[in-house]
Amino acid sequence: MYLNNKMLFSIHILADEEFDELCFEFGLELDEITSEKEILIREQGGEKAEGASDVVLYKIDVPANRYDLLCLEGLVRGLQVFKEKLEAPRYKRVSPADGGEPQRLVITEETASVRPHAVAAVLRNITFTQERYESFIELQEKLHQNICRKRTLVAIGTHDLDTISGPFTYTAKPPGEIRFKPLSQSREYTAAELMSLYKTDSHLRHYLHIIENEPLYPIIYDSNGIVLSMPPIINGDHSKISLNTKNIFIECTATDLTKAKITLDMVVTMFSVYCDEPFTVEEAEVVYPDGRLSVYPELAYRTETLSGDFINKRVGINESAESIAQLLTRMCLRSEVSGEGDLIQVEIPPTRADVIHACDIMEDAAIAYGFNNIVRSTPRTYTVANQLPVNKLTELLRQDLTAAGFTEALTFALCSEEDIADKLRKNITETRAVHISNPKTADFQVARTSLLPGLLKTIAANRKMPLPLKLFEISDVVLKDETKDSTFFPGRCAEIFSCGKSIGHLGVLHPDVISRFELTMPCSAIDIDIEPFL
Amino acid sequence: MADNGLLESVLRLVEKVDGGTDSQDVAADLGVDHQVIVGAVKSLQALGEVISAEQKSSRHWELTGEGREIAEQGSHEARVFNAIPDEGLPQNQLMKMPSGKVGFSKAMSNKWIRLDKAHEGGPRVFKTVEAIEDTVRDKLQLVQKGQSAKLEDKEKNELKKRKLLSEVTVKSYWITKGSSFSTTITKQETELTPEMIASGSWKEKKFKPYNFEAMGVAPDCGHLHPLMKVRTQFRQIFLEMGFTEMPTNNFIESSFWNFDSLFQPQQHPARDQHDTFFISDPALAHEFPQDYLERVKKVHSEGGYGSQGYKYDWKIEEAQKNLLRTHTTAVSARMLYKLAQQEKFTPVKYFSIDRVFRNETLDATHLAEFHQIEGVVADYGLTLGNLMGILHQFFTKLGITKLRFKPAYNPYTEPSMEVFSYHEGLKKWVEVGNSGVFRPEMLLPMGLPEGVSVIAWGLSLERPTMIKYGINNIRELVGHKVNLQMVYDSPICRLDS
Repeated sequence: MYLNNKMLFSIHILADEEFDELCFEFGLELDEITSEKEILIREQGGEKAEGASDVVLYKIDVPANRYDLLCLEGLVRGLQVFKEKLEAPRYKRVSPADGGEPQRLVITEETASVRPHAVAAVLRNITFTQERYESFIELQEKLHQNICRKRTLVAIGTHDLDTISGPFTYTAKPPGEIRFKPLSQSREYTAAELMSLYKTDSHLRHYLHIIENEPLYPIIYDSNGIVLSMPPIINGDHSKISLNTKNIFIECTATDLTKAKITLDMVVTMFSVYCDEPFTVEEAEVVYPDGRLSVYPELAYRTETLSGDFINKRVGINESAESIAQLLTRMCLRSEVSGEGDLIQVEIPPTRADVIHACDIMEDAAIAYGFNNIVRSTPRTYTVANQLPVNKLTELLRQDLTAAGFTEALTFALCSEEDIADKLRKNITETRAVHISNPKTADFQVARTSLLPGLLKTIAANRKMPLPLKLFEISDVVLKDETKDSTFFPGRCAEIFSCGKSIGHLGVLHPDVISRFELTMPCSAIDIDIEPFL
Repeated sequence: MADNGLLESVLRLVEKVDGGTDSQDVAADLGVDHQVIVGAVKSLQALGEVISAEQKSSRHWELTGEGREIAEQGSHEARVFNAIPDEGLPQNQLMKMPSGKVGFSKAMSNKWIRLDKAHEGGPRVFKTVEAIEDTVRDKLQLVQKGQSAKLEDKEKNELKKRKLLSEVTVKSYWITKGSSFSTTITKQETELTPEMIASGSWKEKKFKPYNFEAMGVAPDCGHLHPLMKVRTQFRQIFLEMGFTEMPTNNFIESSFWNFDSLFQPQQHPARDQHDTFFISDPALAHEFPQDYLERVKKVHSEGGYGSQGYKYDWKIEEAQKNLLRTHTTAVSARMLYKLAQQEKFTPVKYFSIDRVFRNETLDATHLAEFHQIEGVVADYGLTLGNLMGILHQFFTKLGITKLRFKPAYNPYTEPSMEVFSYHEGLKKWVEVGNSGVFRPEMLLPMGLPEGVSVIAWGLSLERPTMIKYGINNIRELVGHKVNLQMVYDSPICRLDS
C-alpha cells in the first residue's frame, strides 16, 4: 500500500528515517520510497510517466492478520492513535435516522448448498472524493485477496442504495434462469453466458471455479427483481456506486459466517469516517430460511480482564498497571485499571479481530513498550544436550568418508519417477515410492527412494572434472516399504550383511543405468542403511 | 635429459667465448642438430646458475631442396648452356634433358642461346655467347654459406618466388656463463632422502631450488560439502548451548502435525496447493492421538483455554492430508506433545537442522527444498526478554552481536519477532531469522502446564552459507548441478571469525 507525505504529516512525521523507524517499531515494513512517476517509469516506460505526479509515496507491507491496516484510512488512524495524536474512534451501529424500518436481506433455503451465509449494512450520507472512492474499491479488493481467500470464503458487494429498493432476497437459481446486465457490460447476459464470457477475463476468471460446477448459482435481487449481484463473481450494473453515491448498501455472502462478519465490520469501520455522522453505521436485518433474524454489522466490543503482573511476567518488564493500560490504549485497545489490585479492563474493538487471546493483548503491550526497550536476559533453564543418534553417526561417517578420498554431494530429496525407476532399471510400482500430487514440474514427482540417482546426476553434471570422481551422500530416503535391487550388473554385485541382517548393496552399476544417466565410464556404488548401527 | 658428455662439451664451448654464444653456433660447432642443443640448454638451466640462457628468435633464409641442387650443380639455364656444343644441339634432344624445359626458356630470355627453326634436320639450338656467369648459383651459394645479408631483398624475394629460397624463424638461446659456472656437471638433488641423512652425503649435494611459480600438486583427498560444513557448525553451537537434537528424519508429515497442531487454521494460505507439496500416495494419515485431536478441533472451531478460537468448521479430512513437511516446527509440535505426556514436566531445549519443502516458484534464492534451523526452549515463566537474550547468545556465536527485533505475524507464535542484524558491509539492518512465543492455543491442548512458556526461533541454513561462501545463486550451492570444483575449493567454516 502507498502512503503519501500529506498522510505522514497527519501522523506528525516528515523525515524518512523517522518514518522508517516508526514502521519498524510498529511492525510494518517500509518497502520503498518512490512516486507515482517512478512507478510508471518502471512499469510502463518513461513516455507514459510524463505528467505523472512526483509526490513522494511510501510503499508499506502490512502484517497478514491486521485487516484494519489494509487501507490508508485504517493505517493512518492506527498510527495516529499509536503516536497519541488521536483517540481511537468508537464505532456505533444505529437505527435508520428517519425512524423507518431497517434494510432487510432475506436468505432463501436454496443458498444452503452453495453459499449459505450473508450479512449486510448501510453507510448513510457518505461523501466520496476520487481518492476516497479509489481507496474504498481497493480495500474491497484487498479483503477479497486476504481474509476472503480469493472470494471462496466471503464476497463483498457494494451498491448505491438509492437505485434499488428493499427488501432484498438472497437466493440461488439454475444459471440458465439468471439474467442481468453485469458491471461494465452494455447488455444483459444469462449466468451461463457470463461464465463463458469471463473465461478470458484476466481478473474474474480466477473466481469462476467457486460456483462453476454448482447446479444453483447465488443471486441477490431487490424487491423489483433487479439483480444486485451474482456472488462471488460480479455485481449488477444497475446498482453500481459512483463518486456521487450518498447511501451504500453493503452485502457480504459467505461460506464462513465468522469471516463474513469480520469483513463487513472492516469495510464499515474504515469508511464510516466519511459519513455525515462519522463512525456510525446503519443496521440491516438478515432473515434466515428458518425465520431467525440477525442484525448487522455486529461491531461488537469485547472486554478482557487481565493483570498487569501477567503482562509484566510474559514480556519481562516491570511496569505499573496504569502504564500498561496506557500502552494498550495506544494500540487501539482502550484500557483502564479496574481498581481491584492490578487488574486491567481491555476493550477489544471490532477492528481488532486478530485479538483472540490474552497473549495477543500481551504482544500489543510489548509492541507499544518497544521490543527493543525490553531488557534481554538469559533463561535459567538447565538442560543436558544430546545428539540424535543417527546424526551423531552420520557426522562420524562423513569425516571418515572424506578421509578415504570421497567428496560429499548434496542432492535433492525430490526427483522424477524416471530417476528412481526407469533409469535404475526398476518398475515404478516396485520402488514403493511416495508420490506428490501437485508437482509443478517432473523434477518433483516423487521423494527419492535411493541416493544413487542424485549422485549419478551430479557426476553427469561434472563430466569435465578429472577422473576418478568419488562421491558420497548420507541423507534420508523415503520408502513406503523395503525394496529389492536390480540396478547392479549381474554377477558384479553383492548384498551387504551385518550381524545377519541385510543392510545394503555394492557392485558395478548395470551398463544401462550408466548410459541412462548419460555417463560413459564404468561406475560402482555402495549403498548402506546406517540405521541398523544406531 | 641430455647426456653429461654433451652437456660438458657445450660448457667447454661457452667457456671459450667471452660474452656468450648462440645455440645455433654451438650446434654448428659440435655438428649436431640444433634441437639437441636446445635440450642441453634446458638441462643445464635446471642445474641452477651454471649458465644463463636467454631465448631469442631470428629469421633467416634457407635453401629449398631445389635450391640446394642448384647450388651444387648450377642453375637449369647454365646446365642447358653448358650442354650445347659449338655446332649446336637439336631442340628435341635438348628438351629431353632434366633441366631442359626450364633451362631453355631462361637461357633464351638471358640471350645466352638462339633457336634456328629453319635448320636442316629440324630446329637446332646454338650458343650466342662464349661464356656465361651463373649468378643464380652464386647467390644461392652465398645463402648456403650463411652470407644471405650480402643479397638485396629484391634478389632474395625473386629466388623465393622461384621456390629456391625460404625464410624460416629459428628460436635459439644466447648462452652466457652463470654465477656458478663450471665445465663439469654436478647433478642436483630434488629430495632429501633417508640414505643421504644416514651417510651424511647431503653435505656435499646440491639441492635443486623449489619452483614457487608452479601450481603444485593437489593432494588426493575427499571434501565435505560447504552447506554441510556450516550445518556441523550450527549443530556445534546448539550443543554448546545445551540443546538436544530432535528426530527430524521424517520428510512426510500429516497436515495435522504440520498445521493444525500449530493452531494454523485450515483456510490459511500456506495450506494452499500453491505453497505445499501434498502426497497422492499415501494420501492420508490415519493414526492420531484421538483425545488430543478432539482438543485441537475444539480450539480451532470454538476456542477455549481463554481463546475465542477461529470459529470455523474444522474438518478431519483436511488434517489427514499427507504432505512434505513445510517446516521442522511440525517435529517441534510432536516433541512438545510428547513432553506434555510426561508425568511431570521437565524443562527442555531442543534443536533441529533439516530439510523442509515448499511448492514455490524457483529463483536465485528459492528452491523447492531447503534446510531449516530451529531452536525451542520450554520452561516455566520464560519471557520475551528471555527469547531476546537467548537469541543474542546464539547470534553472538555466529559472530553477530548487533541485533534488533521487529513485531511480525505468524499464526502459531504470539508475540512474533523478526530478528534483524546490522550488516557492516551493506550499512543497513538485514533480516536474519524469525522468532516468537508459541500460542497457548497450541500448547494447552497438548496438555502442557498453564505456566509453561515455549520460545522458539528459526532461520534457513542456506542463506548464512551463501553469505559465508560468497555464493549468489542457491543453485550453485545445492543440488546435482553444482560444480564439484566449488566443493573441492570451499575452505573450512568458522562462523565466528
